Amino acid sequence: MRDAATRFVERTTGALQGASEGAGRSGDDEAGVVSKQVVQLDRVIIRFAGDSGDGMQLTGDRFTSSTAAFGNDLSTLPDFPAEIRAPAGTLPGVSAFQLHFADHDIMTPGDAPNVLVAMNPAALKANLKDLPRGADLIVNTDEFTKRNMSKVGYETSPLEDGSLESYAVHPIPLTSLTVEALKEFDLGKKEAERAKNMFALGLLSWLYHRPTESTVEFLKSKFAKKPEILAANLAAFEAGWAFGETTEDFSVQYEVKPATMTAGTYRNITGNLALSYGLVAAGRQTGLPVFLGSYPITPASDILHELSKHKKFGVTTFQAEDEIAGVGAALGAAYGGALGVTTTSGPGIALKSETIGLAVALELPLLVIDVQRGGPSTGLPTKTEQADLLQAMFGRNGEAPIPIVAPSSPADCFHAAIEAARIATVYRTPVMLLSDGYLANGAEPWRIPDVDALPDLTVRYTTEPNHELPDGSKDFWPYLRDPKTLARPWAVPGTPGLEHRIGGIEKADGTGAISYDPANHDKMVRLRQAKVDGIEVPDLEVDDPSGEARVLVLGWGSTYGPIGAGCRRVRREGLTVAQAHLRHLNPFPANLEAVLRRYDKVLIPEMNLGQLALLIRGRFLVDAVGYNQVRGLPFKAEELAGVIKDVITSV
Amino acid sequence: MSETVDLGMPEALSQVPRTEVKQSAKDFKTDQEVRWCPGCGDYAILAGVQSFLPELGLARENIVFISGIGCSSRFPYYMNTYGVHSIHGRAPAIATGLAVSRPDLSVWVITGDGDSLSIGGNHLIHALRRNVNLKILLFNNRIYGLTKGQYSPTSEVGKITKSTPLGSIDNPFNPISLALGAEATFVARTIDSDRKHLVDTLRQAAHHEGTALVEIYQNCNIFNDGAFDPLKDANTRDDELIRLVHGEPIRFGSDGGRGVVRAADGTLEVVDVAAVGADALLVHDATAEDPSVAFALSRLSDPVTLDDTPIGVFRNVARPSYDQQVRAQLDTAAKDGPGDLAALIAGSDTWQVA
Ligand code: SF4
Repeated sequence: MRDAATRFVERTTGALQGASEGAGRSGDDEAGVVSKQVVQLDRVIIRFAGDSGDGMQLTGDRFTSSTAAFGNDLSTLPDFPAEIRAPAGTLPGVSAFQLHFADHDIMTPGDAPNVLVAMNPAALKANLKDLPRGADLIVNTDEFTKRNMSKVGYETSPLEDGSLESYAVHPIPLTSLTVEALKEFDLGKKEAERAKNMFALGLLSWLYHRPTESTVEFLKSKFAKKPEILAANLAAFEAGWAFGETTEDFSVQYEVKPATMTAGTYRNITGNLALSYGLVAAGRQTGLPVFLGSYPITPASDILHELSKHKKFGVTTFQAEDEIAGVGAALGAAYGGALGVTTTSGPGIALKSETIGLAVALELPLLVIDVQRGGPSTGLPTKTEQADLLQAMFGRNGEAPIPIVAPSSPADCFHAAIEAARIATVYRTPVMLLSDGYLANGAEPWRIPDVDALPDLTVRYTTEPNHELPDGSKDFWPYLRDPKTLARPWAVPGTPGLEHRIGGIEKADGTGAISYDPANHDKMVRLRQAKVDGIEVPDLEVDDPSGEARVLVLGWGSTYGPIGAGCRRVRREGLTVAQAHLRHLNPFPANLEAVLRRYDKVLIPEMNLGQLALLIRGRFLVDAVGYNQVRGLPFKAEELAGVIKDVITSV
Repeated sequence: MSETVDLGMPEALSQVPRTEVKQSAKDFKTDQEVRWCPGCGDYAILAGVQSFLPELGLARENIVFISGIGCSSRFPYYMNTYGVHSIHGRAPAIATGLAVSRPDLSVWVITGDGDSLSIGGNHLIHALRRNVNLKILLFNNRIYGLTKGQYSPTSEVGKITKSTPLGSIDNPFNPISLALGAEATFVARTIDSDRKHLVDTLRQAAHHEGTALVEIYQNCNIFNDGAFDPLKDANTRDDELIRLVHGEPIRFGSDGGRGVVRAADGTLEVVDVAAVGADALLVHDATAEDPSVAFALSRLSDPVTLDDTPIGVFRNVARPSYDQQVRAQLDTAAKDGPGDLAALIAGSDTWQVA
C-alpha cells in the first residue's frame, strides 16, 4: 500500500522532472501551486545555522545526502561548538553546516554562502559577516524576540532596523508554521517545535530541487519505533516543501544540474568514516586482526565508535583508561601479531609519545592516527588545524624517526590508512597518519573502490631461526635486518624456538641483546634513521596544465582542496601556477627536491605557522614562503587565489 | 598447606598449548648475566618462578613476561620465554593488548612498587577492575632502587631518603587494600625468602581466570635493607605473620595463641585465642564475593612495624575475564561468516554515474 510519504516522494519527483525539462515551465498543475521560474546555477553554497539543539547538523546531513543522490559534486563543512549544550540562543551555542554543491567537480566547502538559513538571532549574528551582499537570507522570525535578541546584543531588531537591507531577506515564522502544520498530531508544543528543522529542510529541498526520497527513507528508519514522531517529521518536511511551492516570497526556484563524474558507484563519505573503513580494509589486505586501543577524544572518537561495530571483520576495539594505555595496548597487540592501531588528536599524541618511542625501539608495526585539532593544550577541540606536523616528526625523546602519511581529502582517508598499514608492516615501524578536523567531519562523494583491486599486503611472520652459529646449528637474532628494507623479523609469541626478549634499552645490532656500547648505539641510531629514510614512497606529482608556471604551491593534508580551487581561480584569470601536494611527509618523495628546484618561488600555505616550510627550508635550503592561518577553519579558495597572485606578480 | 580452590570457571590456562617434554628450572634460564646487586631479593623470586613454571607444563614459547622500568623489571631478560622490557608504569597496558588478542598465551607482568603504584597506578587499577588474564607480580621493596634510593609510594611515613632528608610525609599505599578497592578478583601477598609460600601463591595465581595480583615483599639490600626482617627473622616471624589459608580459622603466633575475630564495630581485631575461644575465630573465606572482609584483613598490619601482617591469598573469586568476553563478542559477530568489505564500504546510500 502506498502511504502518504510515498505519494509525497512521487509527487515531488514528478515536480523535479517537470521542472528540469525547461526553465520557466510550471511543474504539476496541482491546484494552489504557484508556477515558479526555474533558474539554472552551476554551483550553490548553503549554510544552515542555528542553536546546537536545533538539529542543524542533521539538516545539513540530509540535504547533503539528497544532493549526493541527485548527482552533484559536493563538499561539506560542519562547524559545531565544543560544548555539548552551550546555553541556548547564545553565540557560543551556534552550530552551523555549510554545503557546496555544483554541476562540476569542486574542491572545497566554498567560501561565502549564497544562502544562509538563520534559525535564531545568535545564528544570524555569528554568520552574517560571511554573507556577501545580495545573498539570500532565510530567517526564522519566531525566534527574534526581545529577549533572544538582547542575549546576543541586538538592541533593535535587525529584521526591522534596515541593517539587512542589502540582503534578499526571507522572514519566515518557521516555528509557528511548523506547529501549525502539526496541530493534527498528538504532540506537545516543544515536540512540535522541534520539527522546525525538517520544515526548513523541506523548504530548501524545494528551493534547490532536491530529491526527497532519501530523507523520507532516513526518517522512516530513524523513527521506525516512534510512528507518531515519524509522521510529525514527515509532515513538517512536506509542509516546508509545500510552503515553498505556494508562498510568494520565493519567486524563483533554482536548479543545479548533476556533475559529470567518472563512471562508477558513488556514496557520500566523511573522513573519519573513510579512515575507519580503511583500517578494516588494511586488516583484510594484511591478513592481520585489527586491534584498536583508544581513548575518547574530539574529533577522533568517531573512529572508535565506527570500528567497534565491525567485530565481524575481526576488529577488536579497546576503550582504554587513558591515551597512554590506548597506544600501549595497541603495541602489545602488535607484539602478539595484530595490526595495532591507536586513534587520537594532538593532546593524545603528546601523551602517547613515550610509547611511540618504545615502538620505534622495538621496531614493531603500529598505526598512530592523529586527527588534528586547534592547539596548544585543549585548544579548539572542534576546529581544524594542521599544527601537529612537527610533533609527529620530532615529538619524542632521542632520535626517533617515524614515517608520516597525510590524507588530502575525506575520501582519501581510506587509501591513506591502507598506505600507512603497508609502511608499518613492511618496515616494522610505527607510522603516524595526520588527518584533521576538517577531513574528519567534512564529506564528499566517493567513487567506491573495487576491494579486489586493493593492494595485497599479506604479512608473513618469521617462523624459522635466521642465524647460523659456528657449529652449524641455528638460532634467532631478533634484530637481524632484511638487507633491502632494513626491517627486523616479526616473530610473535607462540613461535617455538624463536623465544627472545626485546625492550626499550638499546640493543646490539643483530642479536638484540642489551648493549651500552657507544659505537653500537651510533650504528643503531643511524640504522633506524636509514630504515625510515629508505621507505619507498611514490614520486610527487605536479599539476601544471600550462607547463610554464614559475610558482609552485606546495601543500600537505587537508589544504589540498582549497589550494586546488585557489590555483584554478588564478589560472582562469590567465596566470600560470603549479600545484603539488605531499601525502608522504616522512620520508619525502625522492623527487621532491628536483621539483622544488624547478620553480622560481615555492609557496606553502599551511594551517599552522610554517611547519612544512621549516622542514623544506631546513632540508633543501629552498627559500619557500609560507602563507599561514590558524583560525580553526579551512582556507578559502578566494583568499588563496589572492595570495598566489601576489606571489606570481612578485617573481 | 593451601589447595587450589575449584571455582567451576574456565581455567586461565585452558587455551595455552602444553608441552609433552619434561621441563626443568634450567629450561627457563637465559644466557644473560643476571645484573641485580648481590643479595637482592629479586634473585630468590627469579629462582622461585623458574623452579615453579615447569609444573605448569606449558609450551615455553606461549609464556610472555612483560615488565616496566625498575630493578625488578629486568626480570624478562632472564626468562627463556618471550618477553618485553617496556617503559615505566605501562606494562599492564601493553600486556592487556597482548592478552586480549592472544588467548593462547600465559601473560605475566613484572613490576615494582614505584612502577605499578606511582607512575603506572592508573594502568594497574584498571587492569584489576577489568579482570584481564594477567598475572601481575608486584615486587614491593618499599624504595626506589634503580634510581638509587628515593622513597616510594609504599615507604612508611617518616622515611629518610635522598629525596626526603627530613623524612617522607605522605601516606603510603597498601597494595593489597588498593587492589581490593579496585575489586581485583585475585589478590595475594607473599615473601621473596619463603620459597614454598611463594611457589604456592604463584600456582594459585597462574590458574586464576582473570587478573591476579601478587604482592611480593622483596628485600632491597642496598637501599632499604631489612625492610621485612620482622617477617623473616626466625625469632619474630611466627608472632608477626598471619598465614591466611582458605577455609581455616585465622590463627597465628608461635604457639597458635593469637587469632583474628570480628570486632564490635565491624572491623577485625587480633586477640588472644585463650580469651575468646577457638570457635570465635574468623574462618578465612577467600571466595567471599564481597571484598570487605578481605579488605579488613589487609588493614590489620602496622605499616611501620609490620606487626600482624597477613600473607597468602586474600581474595580469589570467579568473574568472567575481560578477554574471554571480548572474544565472545567477536565470535558472536562472526558466527554467520566473516564480514563483506565491499558491502561495508558501499553502505546503504549509493548512486551510479554512468
Ligand atoms: S638496588 Fe635494591 S632492588 Fe635494585 S637490584 Fe640492588 S638490591 Fe635489588
